[in-house]
Amino acid sequence: MELTTVWFIAIAMLWTGYFVLEGFDFGVGMLYRVLGRNEPERRAAIEAIGPVWDGNEVWLIMAGAATFAAFPEWYATLFSGFYLPLFFILVGLIVRGVALEYRGKRDDPVWRSRMDIMIVVGSVLPALLWGVAFGNIVRGVPLDAAHEYVGSFGTLLNPFALLGGLTFVAVFVTHGAIFLALRTTDDLRVRATRLATRVGVVAAVLAIAFLVWAQVLRGDTASVVIAVAAIVAFAGALVANILRREGWAFLGSTLAIGLAVVSLFVALFPDVMPSTLAPGSTLTVVGAASSSYTLKVMTIITAIFLPLVLLYQGWTYWVFRKRVVAA
Amino acid sequence: MDTLDLARWQFAITTVYHFFFVPVTISLVAITAGLQTAWYRTGKEKYLRLTKFYGKLFLINIAMGVVTGLVQEFQFGMNWSDYSRFVGDVFGAPLALEGLLAFFLESTFIGLWIFGWERLPKLVHLGCIWMVVLGTQLSAYFILSANSWMQHPVGFRYNAARGRAELTDLWAVLTNKVVLVTYPHTIFAAFMVGGAFVAGVALWHLLRRPGVDKDVFRSALKIGASVVLVASVGVAISGDLQGKVMTEVQPMKMAAAEALYETEKPAAFSAFTVGTLDGSKEIFSIKVPYLLSFLATGHFDGEVKGINSLQAAYEQLYGPGSYKPNIPLTYWTFRLMIGVGMLSAAIALWLLWTTRRGRGPARWLIWVTAPLPLLPLVANTFGWVFTETGRQPWLVFGLLPTASGVSPGTTGGEVITSLVGFTLLYGALAVVEAKLMLRTIRGGLAGTDAPPDTGPDQPDKPLSFAY
Repeated sequence: MELTTVWFIAIAMLWTGYFVLEGFDFGVGMLYRVLGRNEPERRAAIEAIGPVWDGNEVWLIMAGAATFAAFPEWYATLFSGFYLPLFFILVGLIVRGVALEYRGKRDDPVWRSRMDIMIVVGSVLPALLWGVAFGNIVRGVPLDAAHEYVGSFGTLLNPFALLGGLTFVAVFVTHGAIFLALRTTDDLRVRATRLATRVGVVAAVLAIAFLVWAQVLRGDTASVVIAVAAIVAFAGALVANILRREGWAFLGSTLAIGLAVVSLFVALFPDVMPSTLAPGSTLTVVGAASSSYTLKVMTIITAIFLPLVLLYQGWTYWVFRKRVVAA
Repeated sequence: MDTLDLARWQFAITTVYHFFFVPVTISLVAITAGLQTAWYRTGKEKYLRLTKFYGKLFLINIAMGVVTGLVQEFQFGMNWSDYSRFVGDVFGAPLALEGLLAFFLESTFIGLWIFGWERLPKLVHLGCIWMVVLGTQLSAYFILSANSWMQHPVGFRYNAARGRAELTDLWAVLTNKVVLVTYPHTIFAAFMVGGAFVAGVALWHLLRRPGVDKDVFRSALKIGASVVLVASVGVAISGDLQGKVMTEVQPMKMAAAEALYETEKPAAFSAFTVGTLDGSKEIFSIKVPYLLSFLATGHFDGEVKGINSLQAAYEQLYGPGSYKPNIPLTYWTFRLMIGVGMLSAAIALWLLWTTRRGRGPARWLIWVTAPLPLLPLVANTFGWVFTETGRQPWLVFGLLPTASGVSPGTTGGEVITSLVGFTLLYGALAVVEAKLMLRTIRGGLAGTDAPPDTGPDQPDKPLSFAY
């Protein structure tokens, strides 16, 4: 396989990992104020993601850095073109990260409720805007011959991309609720399951619309099959959730998000930034890639160290596998 | 101001701000790990209490370091897309290595450390914080490798067809002679910040409430001040080596640091000059003969090139234009870096002296406590401003002028939005962070008394420590 393809797959995997992992902690961030009726419950919800959210976010940093190293043109076009959405994503991630760390550092209801607002805003903004961004990547944006983005902020807010944003938010809330049902006890657990069912139905409708539209825009047989699998997995997650099989439900929502993201990347390949202006302005995997030496070195290093990372991140989930009790 | 100026301001503001938290984090996590190791080895409760106290302060800091670091990675693409296109092949690799080898390690093991007090065996839990230490060190090394490549590009070839630099030797980038001297210099400088912080906080407690936890804070004061002293020796030695490498690879930076207009042999070090910095008039100056020659070349009679001859040489090499950085800025930041750094080492020495053999610190020292932790931080900041502005007008020395790196499609409005947005956000966060730090410092060792329970789950406990 061409190294450019290998790295396209690697970056697709990093984004997939990012949305699967941070997806549930975004979800928990968006809904714990609604689900947690008192401070111990809210704290339990936060403690459920406490040990892992920071590590989850590194998947984004990795996706960014790997794109910079393996596809500099892609990195440059994407991040300068999607300037304002990225700015708001960063603002969201900053206030959220600080608030998650600082929330419990003062025993003061006013302080906590301020941090709660920051966590909610900081979870909604990135979830929504990543959806918008990915919608636009799949749909294509106006790029000139030098692969420079020539649209405006408004260009990015097209119906398809906005649907993508809403889909991401709804699916992540469902994913987060299922995660909380899996990781907590008593009332909180029951309420999380109930919320997952309700939001899950909305999310399913949005996700089907978004994935179908994406396949109409830019799909091939493989991506259609994967998208269908994603929808089936999501349906399975909702069924398992209703049956209160929380582990299976979480596996289902994990698979659904993973497969959905993969289907978008499969549909995209071999382009990385399609241009809506002229086919010649489309940025492809080969056109965006680094030299073969760089790709080779990075492949070797990643092959050695990524398994190690997966091992110790997995260990974290194992260490904190016990349910969190609200007390 | 045009997009270029705005983008430069944004980079300067976000980077300097980010680097307020980096040195504190790098050193405080290592000191915390040292304290926890001392507790593990001796079983003395005071070390556990200090571990928790300074560990908490470390966590408050790293939170800010992490989120502001996120901006750093993305703004290369946002504001400097042509730079990213030009260097991505080379520069991206150390960045990706930083993520893969350092950030995953740091973030994962911090989570384990925070929440693992009661869940992990003591030795494993101790190992977690040392993994975080390893992560911060690796992170510093990779990011400094990337930066050093901008100061002194190696291990690449220029691909004219694609108009970019391409990596030919990753090992050369990672063993760039600039990074080999910059890494120890930066790390030692970071330890001056952390040591001064530990000592300053302890001193403040000793003076404010002399009776409370006296022995514990005395230990902390001594540990902190000793760290500053040892680190300052490291800073001086590595800084000296760095000066020689810098003279070799970026002679203009050394000339600008000294506002040395004409080539001199031997060259005197200007400790302090009041005058017009274009070199035409000198009103008052203190000079140390031969010193600059030694700093720059290692010989007391070595030749140090002046700005004017370097400018002429660069015009020959790169074509017409100005190759001078902002001379007053480089001159003064270089001096202030060294001066403020030396001052903080002197204060640390003085602190150790006044508290020797059971003596209590003098009451008036309370005036020293507030600025003490800040002095090395200020020196660090001046150091970075010096080394980055001294590279101008180059983004990548000799290869890519700063003006050519900016995003061509980005509008002034977009950059202003993010510049103002980040500045306001950072300002607000600074207030929140400072308040929380001061609160936590004022709280002292309360809440760190009990050794962590090894018994059944107590959901309240780890939370009161961490979240």
